[in-house]
Amino acid sequence: MNAPFPHNISRRRFLKQSAGLTVGFTLAASPLSFAQQAAGKPAPLPGSLQTNRMLDGWLRINPNGTVTMMTGKIELGQGITTALSQIVCDELDVALSRLEIISGDTARTPNEGVTSGSLSIQDSGTALRFASAEARDILVQAAAAKLNVPAGDLKVEDGSIVAPNGGRATYWELTTDGLLKREATAKAKPKPTAQHKMIGQSLQRRDIPPKVTGGVAYVQDMRLPGMLFGRVVRPPSPRARLLSINDAAVRRMPGVVAVHRDGNFVAVAALREEQVIAARAALRAGAKWEEKGDLPASGPALYAQMKTRRTVDTIVSQKTDAAAAASGAKSVQAQYTRPFAAHASIGPSCAVAQFKDGKMQVWTHSQGVFPLRGDLSKMLRMPEASITVTHREGSGCYGHNGADDVAADAALLARAPELKGRPVKLQWMREDEFGWEPMGSAMVIDMKASVDAGGKVVDWSHELWSHTHSTRPYDPDGCNLLASWYIADALPAGPSRNIPQPSGGSDRNSVPLYVFPQQKVTNHLLVEMPLRTSALRTLGAYANVFALESFMDEMAAAAGADPVEFRLKHLTDPRARAVIESVAAKAGYQPAKGGDGRQGRGVAFAKYKNLAVYVAVIADIEIDRASGQIRVTRAFATADAGLLINPDGVKNQIEGGMVQSTSWTLHESLPYDSTGVKAHSWAEYPILRFTEVPQVEVTLINMPEERSLGVGEGSQGPMAAAIANAFANATGKRIRDLPLSAEKVKAILA
Amino acid sequence: MAITLNVNGKRRSAPAAPDTPLLYVLRNDMELNSCKYGCGMAQCGACTVLMDGKAIRSCTTPASAVTRAQITTLEGLGTPDKLHVLQKAFIEEQAAQCGFCVSGMIMSAKALLDTNKNPSEAEIRGALAGNLCRCGTHTRIIKAVQRAAKEMSA
Repeated sequence: MNAPFPHNISRRRFLKQSAGLTVGFTLAASPLSFAQQAAGKPAPLPGSLQTNRMLDGWLRINPNGTVTMMTGKIELGQGITTALSQIVCDELDVALSRLEIISGDTARTPNEGVTSGSLSIQDSGTALRFASAEARDILVQAAAAKLNVPAGDLKVEDGSIVAPNGGRATYWELTTDGLLKREATAKAKPKPTAQHKMIGQSLQRRDIPPKVTGGVAYVQDMRLPGMLFGRVVRPPSPRARLLSINDAAVRRMPGVVAVHRDGNFVAVAALREEQVIAARAALRAGAKWEEKGDLPASGPALYAQMKTRRTVDTIVSQKTDAAAAASGAKSVQAQYTRPFAAHASIGPSCAVAQFKDGKMQVWTHSQGVFPLRGDLSKMLRMPEASITVTHREGSGCYGHNGADDVAADAALLARAPELKGRPVKLQWMREDEFGWEPMGSAMVIDMKASVDAGGKVVDWSHELWSHTHSTRPYDPDGCNLLASWYIADALPAGPSRNIPQPSGGSDRNSVPLYVFPQQKVTNHLLVEMPLRTSALRTLGAYANVFALESFMDEMAAAAGADPVEFRLKHLTDPRARAVIESVAAKAGYQPAKGGDGRQGRGVAFAKYKNLAVYVAVIADIEIDRASGQIRVTRAFATADAGLLINPDGVKNQIEGGMVQSTSWTLHESLPYDSTGVKAHSWAEYPILRFTEVPQVEVTLINMPEERSLGVGEGSQGPMAAAIANAFANATGKRIRDLPLSAEKVKAILA
Repeated sequence: MAITLNVNGKRRSAPAAPDTPLLYVLRNDMELNSCKYGCGMAQCGACTVLMDGKAIRSCTTPASAVTRAQITTLEGLGTPDKLHVLQKAFIEEQAAQCGFCVSGMIMSAKALLDTNKNPSEAEIRGALAGNLCRCGTHTRIIKAVQRAAKEMSA
């Protein structure tokens, strides 16, 4: 079984080819060059300042009374541009209305890699906080010189610097071209919490008004002069080869400007969108493909097979205490599984591309414009300097979906000679999105533990099998753009890799935060990738927390203990204990309350990545025993994310994560057969509907003196386990195989 | 070839074939961004507009079928300077993450509130059950519709 592309292109050949291509490949974003920079010993700087060290790369003070903030992180509907603007305005002492934001643009912003992993406040927020504090300092020094007053005597109000004697200078007068053209020192101290005016406020998001009034908000809304509409004609399944195509007939269809074939890659452009859709349909109907059907079975057969595949094995965590382990009185073991899952964005992926005078400009909703540019350079055989990638918002992505691939499709089509430099907006159809986005990997997790006579866990084992959770663009040993595997001069995909601890990839959140004397966590990364997998929100954490927190309940049962009390008994981190105690209080949790077969309550906890937000969840469910349907009626969460920049934004993320996880946990499993994915529409991949959405209540613990922790992926894992634990609480039976579908409920209750 | 429609109170023509889905005429010819392509199969509700006050899916409605009807899109409800009560409520409740589903949500809610001024939570959920949201902002959307209902009846 090989990687999910049709030709076996050897990586050696690829490396030979790409070596002579351009020097642009190893840019600042690669981990290697970070290390190299560190070896050269420039002073360490906080957040993304470390890799983007010039102040004027982050901020511009403009003579017209505005401030331009530049960030490499991008808006995904998570409210990051609003939160970053709060940080900048507080540190600089300027009104929000003065701030202009440029985000995710290879020509204009810092390179902050990918907007992922709930890291934006930590990376970009920290950089902007220090950069703004330093810029304010520089401006105040300039004012002090001009007004001949000690800097310490000056106050700043909305960009006006005022001296005690009434002397004034403004940022807008003081700014010069070269003022911030200097390397950051991070020596200016950011303001203490007490002086925050905007940080900590639930300011309304900047991006919402256009979204509720039909403004230009998305890449889909872009309209350029002479712009054409594009579609891609994907094969019927990933390993198919194109034998023949009726391109001549389709070229004569109304409005068709180009049918572009390059090997097994086919795209079409037309004057109007409905015309290009008709042309795509005609091409699909007339194309002849040779398909290959060698994908593994799904369901239990898949999980059994995953355990027999070639793997790279890592001991993620190991603690040995033979004496403690020997005191185990009761042992339990169980296997937990999750299926392949889709990002399933509401709006299919879309990009605009224009190839003119040897330059390529692409607009897309990619989470990483710089890594994307790197892979576009490889695929297009163009130097990076000739390619600009600019972020425009799309529909929510929840990880690595089609945003990069659609940009590659659009770029290839834009280069078709018939386009003559005209821009083209290429959007995937719904079936393209389900069929071709990288999916979240299936996982198998074997849990084993023992408790001693006192009800303490003395030995714990967590062993997992998974495909990679990270095949984003810019792999040094390949090209991770879908189209690049299908063009005549095809490139190989990058190999399976795991993101190392402490954040981890497949093994994210596999190391318990509970204190056990003996423990072993093992990650088996499957080397081959029959189905294309990559980052889906939380990566491995969703399944690992589902398994770990379900199993904690199983161990509590073995110890005859209450699940809340049992968790607290094994936790020393006071912040972890606090969120569990808080959610129990909010939910009016009562120990030892068993369910009645129809209603149940479950609890679960995780600190995302063991590095980010602390979240504890309690879920209440009802079971319709006739239909097998689980309905989550109500869910409570308490979260501690350190210093809260925008509390309502944090709440929105925690709430949304709980609802999305309810959908994953009750419904989602991507169907496929021996050739490829068999979901073409929402009919084959149903998600949670309004009638099934729980009431959600989120409590935030503000810790203003602690650093801000990422929140975007914090509640999904705990929510899944809380639902599963509620089911076990209600029925005395446990479902360990996701999703908790009606069929499985009926089967286990029969 | 041209088709003429009544959109947001105006008669407007577009150079489209009669069987063109209404969605593309509204989105591309009339530049009404609120009409979103989500699935093209009337499954997700992102393309919802009102036809004579009734919520319909513009992605599966041929433009030629609605030439005599009054079509209302989100842009016809209010503008950034003069927001409709529903738009205001969605902002107040911050009832969006990515927001791609939101125009369809507001149009479905508008159709509901026009016929039921004081809907129960279950009625709101029922009216929006055909609109999919992936970010999980459902609970905020329900609150926004409740807020708008309250404000409209005040």
